[in-house]
Parts: sequence; structure tokens; C-alpha cells
Amino acid sequence: MKYLSEFADPDLARKLLDEIAATVTRHWAIMEVCGGQTHSIIRHGIDQLLPEEVELIHGPGCPVCVTPAESIDRGVQIASKPNVIFCSFGDMLRVPGTSRDLFSVRAAGSDVRVVYSPLDAVTIAEDNPDKDVVFFAVGFETTAPANAMAVHQARERGITNFSALVSHVLVPPAIEAIVTSPDSRVDAFLAAGHVCSVMGTRQYEPIAEKYRVPIVVTGFEPLDVLDGIRRAVAQLEAGQATVENAYERAVQTDGNEMAQRMLDDVFDITDRQWRGIGEIPASGWRLTEKFRDFDAERRFDVLDLEVAESTTCRSGEVLQGLIKPSECPEFGVTCTPRHPLGATMVSGEGACAAYYRYRRSGDVAATGG
Amino acid sequence: MWRRPVADIQGANCPIPFRDSDRVTIAHGGGGQLTQELIRELFLPAFGEAAAAATPTDSAVVRIGDERVAFTTDSYVVRPLFFPGGDIGKLAVHGTVNDLAVAGARPLALSTAFILEEGLEMEVLNRVAASMGEAAIEACVQLITGDTKVVDAGLADGMYVTTAGIGVVPAGVDIRPNRVVPGDKVVLSGPIGLHGTAVLSVREGLEFGTDLQSDCAPLNGLVSSMLDTCPDVHMMRDLTRGGLAAGLCEIAETASVGIHYEESAVPVPPEVDAACGFLGLDPVHVANEGRLVAFVSSTDADAVLDTMRSHELGAEAVIIGEVTADDRAIVVAKTSLGAHRIVDLPLGEQLPRIC
Repeated sequence: MKYLSEFADPDLARKLLDEIAATVTRHWAIMEVCGGQTHSIIRHGIDQLLPEEVELIHGPGCPVCVTPAESIDRGVQIASKPNVIFCSFGDMLRVPGTSRDLFSVRAAGSDVRVVYSPLDAVTIAEDNPDKDVVFFAVGFETTAPANAMAVHQARERGITNFSALVSHVLVPPAIEAIVTSPDSRVDAFLAAGHVCSVMGTRQYEPIAEKYRVPIVVTGFEPLDVLDGIRRAVAQLEAGQATVENAYERAVQTDGNEMAQRMLDDVFDITDRQWRGIGEIPASGWRLTEKFRDFDAERRFDVLDLEVAESTTCRSGEVLQGLIKPSECPEFGVTCTPRHPLGATMVSGEGACAAYYRYRRSGDVAATGG
Repeated sequence: MWRRPVADIQGANCPIPFRDSDRVTIAHGGGGQLTQELIRELFLPAFGEAAAAATPTDSAVVRIGDERVAFTTDSYVVRPLFFPGGDIGKLAVHGTVNDLAVAGARPLALSTAFILEEGLEMEVLNRVAASMGEAAIEACVQLITGDTKVVDAGLADGMYVTTAGIGVVPAGVDIRPNRVVPGDKVVLSGPIGLHGTAVLSVREGLEFGTDLQSDCAPLNGLVSSMLDTCPDVHMMRDLTRGGLAAGLCEIAETASVGIHYEESAVPVPPEVDAACGFLGLDPVHVANEGRLVAFVSSTDADAVLDTMRSHELGAEAVIIGEVTADDRAIVVAKTSLGAHRIVDLPLGEQLPRIC
């Protein structure tokens, strides 16, 4: 398949790996920010093939996993109300809130639907004028333009029974939160290509400069990720710290300006809770005043809902590579994939879930970092 | 050897559900870990002594007089009812035939039970029934008894079909998970992921342009020729929900062996690869309806492979890996880049990822 197999070519991968091995002289910790990158790394076993000196730290960039329990709880509350059709991307249905997930709300008889595009939810609203249709707008800058477009179109088309439960999160503040953490071990970041295809790469320049940390924008195929690692290692070895675009086939410096204008119109920056990490200032989007009538939190009066995240969860430290999952006293005891306390156990991309899963073979010591 | 195995890719599909839900969720019917748990933790304890002879395989084999009779049942719920390469009727016949065939049985006869929704067009029902007749003739089985119920409009996606089937296991054939031993070769009968991708391609809200056809087909002819060549096939399984991964994982666990396979050896049609790529699915978890894996001793493997390749439904058969004494109950894939990863049962329903 054109443009799929080419980016997984084993011979080219070997060349990149050889180049990384020839360049590296000491230990470097590189965080891939996005869950899509983590997915590719796990899928292809890239971390097993890198020289020992290069450590990959899996970042917080899985939108499903960092969506805070309070947002899920709001979704559960709204979806449980009579006369509501609650629409969501499929994988959000499985995320546990404080006590329930959306699947169990659906099992209890509520109308919870999987949509593949936010615009489908607008159509559902148009087709069901006697129902309140709510779309769960989550994700990073990647999913935001389409979600913004759904709200915008609902307003243009006068569809008043549509609203959005918005829990968007932003990548640059998260990178800044990680890099300024006093114990941060991250030497370089692989930034998410899809986020940058929307937002461009300029937002990252002040971060790279201020904190002296290389940031390489990558795609998601194995060669994309490997090339990103190669460039990050080269920068680190040369003492450089710049923003580099290793995903030029999709990312332009200024990003998608039309999408950005739409985002500016529909969303305002707000503080946001991140599951397992806590509140990061100015790290999310909410609807602007212009679109307040489409805000499900106001419409259903669930704004005051406060949720206590687990106080015993140490996933924030795991995410920064400060402790290994098995060093957490809750690991495998009160915290399991069935009853996760934090993001890293919720998602299979998370280090805790990976550790937990591997214990099955009875050789925990061999799991490495 | 491999170091540092990592989480399965399905695990990387993000969060897991509450498995101990107080209600049935859609994931309990997905054929993955939750379905297994439901059987192990609810059905079997509730059935008690009555289920003492239950087997973890798709068909049970019971001795009646001198004959060993294979018996199986399956319910079919698919939306839409008609999809490229098949329909619910063809699926209901071939699926049950295949469950019998991979137990080593010659399928003889099927029952057909219908739950119809009030308001279903007669023309639709007629097309499905005619398709079942054709499918049965193609598979050389008789449809010998049945039942019909009608439920209120809106309750049954048009129609549900349940079939049960019996067959006879020839003398000398003994196909069970416990016969799988280290050193056995794993043979896959052809390209994977066609059925699941074909159905998704026409599902409401997700239509995408493709010429893909479901692989829905009766496997009893292929199995019969394999057993003629080598009656000592150790184990077979048709790959349905949960795909190749579910088939291999269940055998690894039941037989308490490891299974290692080469990812690059598994044929994945480019269209399946592309569709899975943009939906965030892994082809090894996508459903098939006309594929099987067979476990045969290394001395018999080449002969079985040759026989399969001379059959229409096994033309692209390949040896994808082998059974190991290490990594018991675990399936390990060697990736195209030469690394290794654990392949796990999907937890439940496959859901397209956000990103």
C-alpha cells in the first residue's frame, strides 16, 4: 500500500537504528508526547531495538487517558438524564469515571451512541428535534477543529437541541509542565505530528529555547518515529535545542490557519485537570461566550461537580520516569487494569498497564524500563 | 531470544471497562476477555453440575454408541443484514458448519431459529432464507428443523438467526487444544481481516469506498482434504470474532503453551491494512468468517500446507509460526522490524480510536 509499507521498511529502519547507535555517546531520556507515537512504538517494538543509552518515556498524550474523571462523571450524569442522546467517540465509552463508565450507562437503558464524526451528532440533533443531543468533545488540538466545526454548524443551522460537553486539552502547556517539574528527567521531546498539522510548530519554539530542550515533530509510522529519535539524539549530542520538523509531508510551520481561526472563534483557553497529573494552568479549551448556549455543562447544570482523584496514585511520577510502576505500593494491589487509580493503569499505552500485563509471564525483572 | 516484551497493541487501544459491571455491556458479547469471563464466572458456576462436561471449544464432541458426534450452536447478529460477500443467512449456515469442521467433524445437519422483528419486509426474509438454502447446499449440509418467533418492532435489528449443527468425527481424527505440543507448526489458511472490514465498510455512519468482500465460506471441504492428507492434525480453529489474535490466545491458554509467530508472514490484504490504519484497529483482532488456523507436527506441516494450497479456500495458506515450551499461555508476535510484542485477546468490542 502506497504510503503505508514505505514507512515501515525494515532495511530503512535498520539504517536509522545504526545511525542512532553511531551517534549516541551517553544516556538520553526522550519523551514521545502522543499516544499515537506510543502506539507505534509498542506495535513495532521500537524501544526494544534502540541502543541501551536511549530511553523512551511514554508521555501523557493519550486524550482518552488524560480526560479527567470529573469530565467522565459529567458525561455519565448527562447521559443518564431522560430525553438525552449522548454521542461520543467509541473509545471514550470504556473510560471509567469515579464509579461508572458510559458503557454501563448505556447498559442501564440510556441512549449513548458512538459517532465517527462530531458532525454526525449535529445531524442526529437535527433528526431528533424533541431530544437533547450532547456530543462529548474531547481530545487534543487534533480533534478540536472538527469539534469546533460541529458547534459552529449547529449555531449556523439553528439547531438548538445540540450541545457539547467540552474537555479539550492542549499539548504545549503539558510539555512545559513536565519540563519544569523539579524532578524531570526528560532530555528531549517528540512532539505529535497531527497536533502540529493543525497548530503549526511555532508554539514550541519558546519552550525549546527557554528550557534548552530539543523538540522534534514526528509522524506515527515506525520510520517517522525512528527518524524523530535520530534527530533528537543528534541535537542532544551536539548540544543543540531547537524545534525540528520531521513530518514535513503533513506539518507546516504555521499549521492550518483556517482551522486555527475556527478554534479561536469557538474556544477559549482555560485551566484543565489532567487525569493522574492534576491541574495544569491554561492547558485546555472551553466554549467562548458566543457559543455558551451550546455548552452542555451549563445546559445540564453539572458545573459544580467536583471529583477527588485518587490521592494514592503516583502516575504523575511514572509519567516522568521517576519511579517504575512496580515501585508504587498500590501497583497490583488496589490499582489494577480492572480498577485503575490513574491514567497510566487506565490505558494500555500507560507504563503501569504494560507492567501489569507482563507480570502474567512471571518474569517481572526482565521488563526493563 | 527476545527481551522486554511490551503490552499488546489492543491494550494500547486505551482504557479498559469495568469488568465486574452489574449489568451486561456490549463488550460481554465481543468474543474477547469479557465473554470468556462471563462463561467462566457466571454461566459455568450457575449451571453447576449440569455443565460438568462442557468444553472450552466451539463444538462439543460426544460419544453416541460407536460414533463421536460433534454438536455446536451459534447466534448471528449482524448489522447491516446484507454486506459485501454475504448476509446474515449465509453467515449463520457457514459459521456453524465451520465450528463443526474445525472439530474434525463432517457436518451433517443444522437447525435454524429466527427471531424476526415486527415489520420486517417479507422480501428481505425471503432473500435471507434463500441465501441459507444456497449456503447449505454449498456446504453439503441439510437444514432439518427450526423455529420462528416475532418480537415488537425495534427490538431485533430486523432479524436474529440461531443455528445449531451436528456432525460426525471420522475414526482416527482427534482434534483438541490439549494435543498442541511445543514444536507444532501454526498454519494459517489465508489473508485475514476481510469479513470485519467488509462489514464495517457498509456500516451506517462509517461507509468507506472499497471493493472488499467478506471471506464468509464453508471450511468443511478444506478441512476434509487436510484430514485426508494428515488425520493427525492436532488442533484447528476457525477465526471469527477477535480474529487471529483471539484464536491463537485461546489455544495458547487452553493448551498451556507459547505461540510465536512472524507478523510479516501473516497475509493482510492492502485494503484491510489501510482501513485498519485509519480506524485504529489491528488486523489480527478483526473478524474473519472463512479462515482457520491449524496446529500440526513439524513433520506433517509441509504436506498439510501443500494440500491446503491446492484447495480454493487455502490457496494462500502459510506457516506463520510455531508452538514453544517457553512463554506458556502467551502469544508473541515478531514484528516486521524484528522486535517482539505480546498479542492479547481483545477485551471486548473493537472500537475505532480517537487518534
